[in-house]
Amino acid sequence: MNEAARDWISARNEIVRNAASIGIAVAMYGVSFGALGTTTGLTIPQTMALSLLMFTGASQFTLVSTLASGGTALTAVVASWLMGTRNAAYSMRMTPILKAKGPGRLVAVQLTIDESTAMGLAQDEAAFEGRASRLAFWATGLSVYLLWNLATFIGAISVSSIGDPKSFGLDAAIAAGLFALVWPQIKSRIDLSVALGGALIALALTPFVSPGVPVLAAALVSIIVGWATGKQLS
Amino acid sequence: MWFAVLAGAIGCYALKYVGSAIPEHYLEQPMVKRIVMLLPIALLSALVAVQTFANSQSLVVDARVPALAAATVALRFKAPFILVVLTAAVCAAALRYFGLAV
Repeated sequence: MNEAARDWISARNEIVRNAASIGIAVAMYGVSFGALGTTTGLTIPQTMALSLLMFTGASQFTLVSTLASGGTALTAVVASWLMGTRNAAYSMRMTPILKAKGPGRLVAVQLTIDESTAMGLAQDEAAFEGRASRLAFWATGLSVYLLWNLATFIGAISVSSIGDPKSFGLDAAIAAGLFALVWPQIKSRIDLSVALGGALIALALTPFVSPGVPVLAAALVSIIVGWATGKQLS
Repeated sequence: MWFAVLAGAIGCYALKYVGSAIPEHYLEQPMVKRIVMLLPIALLSALVAVQTFANSQSLVVDARVPALAAATVALRFKAPFILVVLTAAVCAAALRYFGLAV
C-alpha cells in the first residue's frame, strides 16, 4: 500500500470516529426531545415525524416548546422556520463541495445541519481531492440522523427519562464540539473578526429578540465583512 | 397538531433546499463567494457563543463557561476532537455534581 492510501485510511478513520462521537452526544438530546414531544401532547408518530422529516434539532425543540407554552400552531411553525433558516446558508456553502447529484442531493439537503456542516468545513477542503470534506459531512449527517431518530423513539416511548443531559455536561460538550470544528476554519484575521463579530452580535441581541434570531443576525457580519474586503481586493 | 408538524417540517426542508438550488454561476461571483465562505464562520461562532452564554433569552455564566475555557486549552494543545469534547463534558458535569456551578 502506498503512502497516500495509508494517509487516507487514517484520515478516514479519524473522521468516522469523530462523526460517531458527535452522533452519540447529540443523541442524548434526542432522548430529551422524544420525551418532551410526547409529554407535551404530541403523539409518538408526530414526535417521530419531526425527527425524521424536520431533522434540525433547534427547530424541533422550538416547535414543541412553543406549542407546549400555549402558542398557536402557526406561531410554532414560524418559529421553527426561523430556527431553520441558517441551514439555507449552510447548504449554499456545502452544495459546491458535496457535488451530489439526483436523489443523493435531496438526501444531502436533508442532512444539512449545524453538526454536518461544521464537520465538513473543519476539514481541509483540498485534502484528498475534497474527499475528506465530503466524508466528514456525510458521516456526520448520517450518524446524527440515525442516532437522533433512534434516540427520539426511545425518549418518546419511555415513561422515565434518562435524566437531564446537563448533568452529564452535554450542553457544554456540544458547544465545545462545535467550537472545535469552527477553530480550524479560522485561517486569517478576517475570519477571526467575522467569528468574534458574529458571536458578539448574537450575544448582544439574545435578551431582546426571540431565540433563533441572534444567530441569524450574525450573518450580517459576514455580509458586511465579505462586501468590504471584496471591495478592497477589486 | 399534524398541521404544525408537517408545515414545520416542509418549511425546514424547503429552507435547506433553497440554499442548494442557487445557480453555481451566481455563487461564483467574487463578492458572493467571499460572503458565502464567511457565512458559516459567522453563524457557527454565533451558535457557539449562544450555546455557551445564553439560557433562553438571558445571558448567564454557568458551568458551560469554565467547560469551554477548558476545551479551549485542550484545543491549544492540539488535543484530538473527542478529547476536547470530553474535557468540556467532564468539567461541566463535575462542577454541577459538586454544586460549584449550575
